[in-house]
Amino acid sequence: MGSGSSVNVKYKYSLQKSENAFKAAVLIQQWYRRHVARLEMRRRCTWRIFQSIEYACEQDQIQLHNFFSYLMDQFTPSSSKERDFISRMFISGESYKEAELEKYCDYESIEVPDSYTGPRLSFPLLPDHATALLEAFQQKQQLHARYVLNLLHETRKHLKQLPNISHVSTCYSEEVTVCGDLHGQLDDLFLIFYKNGLPSPSKSYVFNGDFVDRGKQSLEILVILFTFLLIYPKEVHLNRGNHEDHMVNLRYGFTKEVMQKYKVHGKKILKMFQNVFCWLPLATLIDQKVLIIHGGVSDTTDLDMLEKIRRDKFVSVLRLKKRKESSRKPEIQAINGERESGADAAGNEAAPRLSLHPHSAQAPSTANRLEFSRWLRQTVQEQIDTCRRLVDISESEPEELTYSSMVSLKDVDELCLTRQEEWKQILDVLWSDPMPQEGCRENKVRGGGCYFGPDVTEKFLEKYSLQFLIRSHECKQEGYEFCHNRKVLTIFSASNYYEIGSNRGAYVKLGPDLIPHFVQYQANKTAHMLTMTQRISRVEESAFRALREKLFAHTSALISAFKAYDGDNTGRITLHNWATAVESVLRLGLPWRMLRPQLVRSTKDGMLEYKSWLDDLAMEQRSQEHIQSSLLEVIYRNRSNLETIFRIIDRDHSGLISFEEFQQTWKLFSSHMNIELTDDGINDLVRSIDFNKDGNIDFNEFLEAFRLVKQCPV
Amino acid sequence: LVAEIEKKITEAFEVFDRESNKTVDVREIGCIVRSLGCFPNEAEVQELIEKMEVEEPGGFVHLENFLPVVTKVLLDRRFRPIPEDVILHAFEALDENKRGYITKEELVKHLTEE
Repeated sequence: MGSGSSVNVKYKYSLQKSENAFKAAVLIQQWYRRHVARLEMRRRCTWRIFQSIEYACEQDQIQLHNFFSYLMDQFTPSSSKERDFISRMFISGESYKEAELEKYCDYESIEVPDSYTGPRLSFPLLPDHATALLEAFQQKQQLHARYVLNLLHETRKHLKQLPNISHVSTCYSEEVTVCGDLHGQLDDLFLIFYKNGLPSPSKSYVFNGDFVDRGKQSLEILVILFTFLLIYPKEVHLNRGNHEDHMVNLRYGFTKEVMQKYKVHGKKILKMFQNVFCWLPLATLIDQKVLIIHGGVSDTTDLDMLEKIRRDKFVSVLRLKKRKESSRKPEIQAINGERESGADAAGNEAAPRLSLHPHSAQAPSTANRLEFSRWLRQTVQEQIDTCRRLVDISESEPEELTYSSMVSLKDVDELCLTRQEEWKQILDVLWSDPMPQEGCRENKVRGGGCYFGPDVTEKFLEKYSLQFLIRSHECKQEGYEFCHNRKVLTIFSASNYYEIGSNRGAYVKLGPDLIPHFVQYQANKTAHMLTMTQRISRVEESAFRALREKLFAHTSALISAFKAYDGDNTGRITLHNWATAVESVLRLGLPWRMLRPQLVRSTKDGMLEYKSWLDDLAMEQRSQEHIQSSLLEVIYRNRSNLETIFRIIDRDHSGLISFEEFQQTWKLFSSHMNIELTDDGINDLVRSIDFNKDGNIDFNEFLEAFRLVKQCPV
Repeated sequence: LVAEIEKKITEAFEVFDRESNKTVDVREIGCIVRSLGCFPNEAEVQELIEKMEVEEPGGFVHLENFLPVVTKVLLDRRFRPIPEDVILHAFEALDENKRGYITKEELVKHLTEE
């Protein structure tokens, strides 16, 4: 039995061995799965951080507008200077009739020097011009202002002929390529053209809005898109996005980019862009079956109304809070349009305002109240006349409608109602987001449009016999995402939107069968070479940096919140309370307990010394010591608000504002934000930052003094 | 302590709650439990899932069912991390030729062989 037993032993041994191997393998699998799960959690948390901060920023925009309406409500001009100041802020924009526009933004008088080596455009444009532009931009050249303006004039002429809803048919070109948000990321556009080919008679494109802001090459993208639009008008279609709006541009970078690149002619160029944006079509329809809009739809979206609207009347779609009845001023009143039966739970829905520009925009310079009211009455009379002209549908000259208003008139209420409905149609189409729950509710996060559910989509598609919707407006990790049972497709074409490695971009191709085919990409070589862990870490770092900045900006509020949990004044709180307190202050809806290890390094016995934690945070951010730290914090938190306000005050976009203007702004701002600041405090502040002592403040200098200018974005 | 653990579990759950309606796909249960610091193997994950009610169609688990099961797991300190030396040992057991690594195919083979 010797050999038998040795076989048995050998068999037992190898069985043991493979059992052991199996056990080992299971252990490794266990460990590996845990590793992957942790990575996945980190990835999702990072994504959440970026998204919540981005949408919180958009909410700031609402606050900015609340600030303006606050000004309207509270501020009694006590001097001519202040009056001028306010009237400049609210009698916004000069009303340009077409002839005036041509005159102001003319390009023919602009000389192009011989030394200019960039592309020279002549009209009508040819494919060679497009190629020349692409090459020039790839080599970081700049198109001369004359050609930019010329292009914009021609683009405007072309866009004016287009209907609100463009119609595309797949039988002429085999496929249509639809691209989403580009946000000034020229590299992504190049990548799309490289992978998919340039627009041509056999290659149709639809670009679904948000060409500008955030990225640094919004201008180049527009030039290229408009050029192709003019060369291939049947094949290239552009939809308006919520960022094709000069009020949004002031805040998110496009205005800044243009002024930096075109120091002499920037204002004209911006004015032209403003007028081109409002002429962009609102939607594109493919084969009468697929609707492409930038944001989404609401339960009141009406394509027939949408087709009939005078879209150029809505230069900016952003809105103000309704004025409170109690603070009605005798001289200045606002239109209080009747609200439709649409639910208005909070009672603070905004009414749109008509800005009917006084032909004499100059307020009288004397401090005489009588003079002022006389001027105002005259102005009001002029505006009433203008209103009356508007009521007659066969008006000859288009008036520009912006968001602020100065006149109240009963006759105009009805006009207001229609305008209000139209304005809501556009707002919904440009700003809405889909949501998983059924129903349709106000989009409070963005401050515009609505959240629409799968039932809204279903009804809408059925009403107009459509197959599905394509929209953009939201960044998606994979560049695209379906929802509402594959009836809504989000397409987003700006890769690495939050940070290198954060997401891919994508475009979608539709053939006559209308079955979507996707192509994804990521426009950064570095991203490809990193491992998954490295990529996640990198994006994560960036997210946490942004989060720590936000925490710092709320230092005082955080201290109060922590103190509430620290009754005995020990200076310490539990980590549990830390998480609750932080959420109550920042309100970002983030999983703080998951994020805690990255934000709080040193704890003792599960308790945190919050003062020193906040000090550590401040160390990362703080610059100049002699400015009060609370002041610094306030400025920092409201940095982007401040910037927007400054840009609005700096009407001629010169980049300079006077001491007085600065003081005015600061006073108004601080009273709205409930900050205690003495006049001396403001004066010190002002003096300390006017480096060249010329009585003017360059806004960039101001920010530089506090080292608040971010390194990278425009 | 229980409240704190429940908060933590709920947070992790919500990260995977795509539709913000307090449900997650049953296939993500393993991922969520692991991201909370546990090291269950596949069989153990299945055990946990069986204790929770899985809603059909779609295969969803509601937070109500998830929370008590996972709270118990954390309180009982189940599925503790594998000590480093044990894991190293496991690798060495499979890496007969001492190359310093094992390939995915080898691992799969060991896991699926009879």
